[in-house]
Amino acid sequence: MKLRTGLFAAVAAVALAVTSPVQAKTFKFAFQGDLSSLDPHSLNESFLLGTLGNVYEGLVLYDPNMQIVPGLAESWKLLTPTTWEFKLRKGVKFHGGQDFTADDVIFSWERAGRDGSDQKVRNSMIKSITKVDDHTIVLETPAPNPILVQDLPYLFIMDKEWSEEHGTTSSTSAAGDNAGNYANLHANGTGPFKIKSHEADIKSVLVRNEDYWKDIPTNVSEVIFTPIKEAPTRVAALISGELDMVYPVPVQDWERLDNAEGVKALTGPEARTIFIGFDQGRDELLYSNIKGKNPFKDQKVRAAFVHAINLDAIKEKIMRGAATPTGLLAAPQVNGFAEALNTPYAYDPEKSKALLAEAGYPDGFEVTLDCPNNRYVNDEKICQAVTSMLAKVGVKVDLLAQPKSKYFGKVLATSGYDTSFYLLGWTPGSMDAENVLSSLIVCQNADAKKGLFNLGNYCNPKVDELTAAIGSETDQEKRNAMIAEAFKIVKDDVGYMPIHQQPLSWGVSDRVTVNQRADNALDYRYVVINE
Amino acid sequence: MISFIFKRLLQSVVVMLTVALIAFSMFRFIGDPINNMVGQDTSQADRAALTEQLGLNDPFIVQFGRFALNAAEGNFGISYKYRQPVSSLILERLSATLELSFVAAVLTLVVGIPLGVYTALKGKGLISKGIMTLSLIGVSLPTFLIGILLILLFGVVLRWLPTFGRGDVIAIGWWTTGFLTVSGIKSLILPSITLALFQMTLIMRLVRAEMLEVLRTDFIKFARARGLPDRSVHFKHALKNTLVPVITITGLQLGALIAFAIITESVFQWPGMGLLFIQAISDVDIPIMAAYLVLIAFFFVVINMVVDILYYMVDPRLRADSTA
Repeated sequence: MKLRTGLFAAVAAVALAVTSPVQAKTFKFAFQGDLSSLDPHSLNESFLLGTLGNVYEGLVLYDPNMQIVPGLAESWKLLTPTTWEFKLRKGVKFHGGQDFTADDVIFSWERAGRDGSDQKVRNSMIKSITKVDDHTIVLETPAPNPILVQDLPYLFIMDKEWSEEHGTTSSTSAAGDNAGNYANLHANGTGPFKIKSHEADIKSVLVRNEDYWKDIPTNVSEVIFTPIKEAPTRVAALISGELDMVYPVPVQDWERLDNAEGVKALTGPEARTIFIGFDQGRDELLYSNIKGKNPFKDQKVRAAFVHAINLDAIKEKIMRGAATPTGLLAAPQVNGFAEALNTPYAYDPEKSKALLAEAGYPDGFEVTLDCPNNRYVNDEKICQAVTSMLAKVGVKVDLLAQPKSKYFGKVLATSGYDTSFYLLGWTPGSMDAENVLSSLIVCQNADAKKGLFNLGNYCNPKVDELTAAIGSETDQEKRNAMIAEAFKIVKDDVGYMPIHQQPLSWGVSDRVTVNQRADNALDYRYVVINE
Repeated sequence: MISFIFKRLLQSVVVMLTVALIAFSMFRFIGDPINNMVGQDTSQADRAALTEQLGLNDPFIVQFGRFALNAAEGNFGISYKYRQPVSSLILERLSATLELSFVAAVLTLVVGIPLGVYTALKGKGLISKGIMTLSLIGVSLPTFLIGILLILLFGVVLRWLPTFGRGDVIAIGWWTTGFLTVSGIKSLILPSITLALFQMTLIMRLVRAEMLEVLRTDFIKFARARGLPDRSVHFKHALKNTLVPVITITGLQLGALIAFAIITESVFQWPGMGLLFIQAISDVDIPIMAAYLVLIAFFFVVINMVVDILYYMVDPRLRADSTA
């Protein structure tokens, strides 16, 4: 009897050794926020899309440097200025075993446009999709759109069959009118990782999809994601060795990480540009002591403001040297970035004072600066620095720093742009300069859905014309020239006060190698656990 | 007794309604939930439609009425962020918070009362003085700081205990428990000490003060005169007579343990209701905030009721009054 148990144990041990030749490799990380839903169309937000990008895939993918590479589509070509042919990848299966076909693409595109979806913007970029055969489709766009594929990585493809079977043909709505939507807590994508369990705000476990169609560097077999809200707790969990990676890490903690054993801070420029805007639309500022006129309508006043700001001091003192001071609203990673225009406005307080005097404000004036205090890296500190720098040229700034919910509730269109002077950050969703122009720079026009985030209503008809032309120009070179021309005009007008590209700030254990993507997304495809 | 309990439960409904009313009148000042619910590219029209659908344009009294009516049917709405029913989100986290509060409460009593008695009896001893000095730290240091210090010492420097989370839990029906796994118990240690430290020192100081008071009374002198042994005098006579105020405070503090677990839970990323609530505040997730506040109000009412019942049991004079 004893012998038999022993034998059995030996056999079992051998069997185990044979069936699992590689040891399970677990990658544990924490982020400050949480995956609010597993529904790929429910929220157009970078963390949700970046994370679900490991489970679901679009027709195209981002490579480590955010360049577009083929995904579920093998290739594509422009047939006419408004129609594209996409060849879909053959032999790809969803996690549930279903085949990926043209019907799934059409279904997913339609789902993204239905009520409850937050991906309607991406849906509306395509007018129709026609199925040629199971693995060929033709897309039609409402107008010529040379950068269509730039917008496709995050239009995730779901399986039609699976969605219909589980009654989730429209997205989980934020309004809560279709609670219990199956896709909110279940996922069935084509990506390299499958959701094993997901408890909102507690823990999510993902496991490797062994049948993934593409050869990828990762050797991770399981990913455990925990949201950790408090930054000190996050950093402590990394240093104590319980986690392999945490992000974001406060920039003031970098030194601590570098001094600790086995961990380091991983930093780089994010594609997000931080800038300050002026209310140039109203005839009188809402929050200022100047009555009857709006000083920001005068280009000289805006110029005086930008020359009063020492961006290098903000970089060194507040961002620990890690920010990239900028002269443009588009980051280097953004398509259409114009290197020549990126030099920041020079720091010159004397010139600033002279300009203010010339504009008729030799003693400056008062204005309120609206600022979030939990949205961007050290946002409130930047505002404090700007406040004190402007004080040196005689402008008295009242700083109103608030949590993001209060801040956005005040300054956005919903409250009628209730601000005179504000700090904002922007990453174009399409990684293309056209998005920057049409969201932040063209004149406010609610009907045309343009300039929605041009909170101060900077308005120059020439820029509007150029932006419209850029939207439909298919020749890349001509297009980039027009983008540069538009940015040049904004710069000469001093439409905005660009501050910097904020740094990405990750804390990584020496045990792993990761790829830090410029949109702050963690792509598990490139996570490698070192031997 | 039954009519007493019934009356108290009726009162609790009024308390909960009042709390909800006050809460709803405040929610307008927390900010706009819509911006957290959509991406930056979502159109103005879609944002406006969502605001309308959620009834956020209604006056707060209408929103409150709708909440109260639904709540009466046991429906606390759908979380704006997670898009799941609030009742199930809270239920998932209830066990985490209650387990933590329970361990903290036990720790408070098991450590606080004996130390209080000891320092009252041996007031002049060196150990006693040491304990009193240390207790000042417990009273004066903020919970957040204590939590971080414990994490640094036991999590980062010594690496004995986990720095965050609940470890592995085992589900028993809808209840999840960390008592049955090693990592679950290890994870409980730091947060429960953090949560209990303030209460512990409070109870200790209270018991000490009450004991000193009672020890001076005539009835203790008589007990000693009767030749009763010290143990009997100290524990049967003195301690029992200090318990009424201790029970009141313990009761109230138990409510506070559950409610103020918020800070401990966020420092240790303990997946309880407090963490859910604090997250809901930054996301302006009104359904979660409303349900949580009402639930906490309910806890306080129930705890107070239990405390009142305990009075009857501990103090025979109260029983005599009520029957007379």
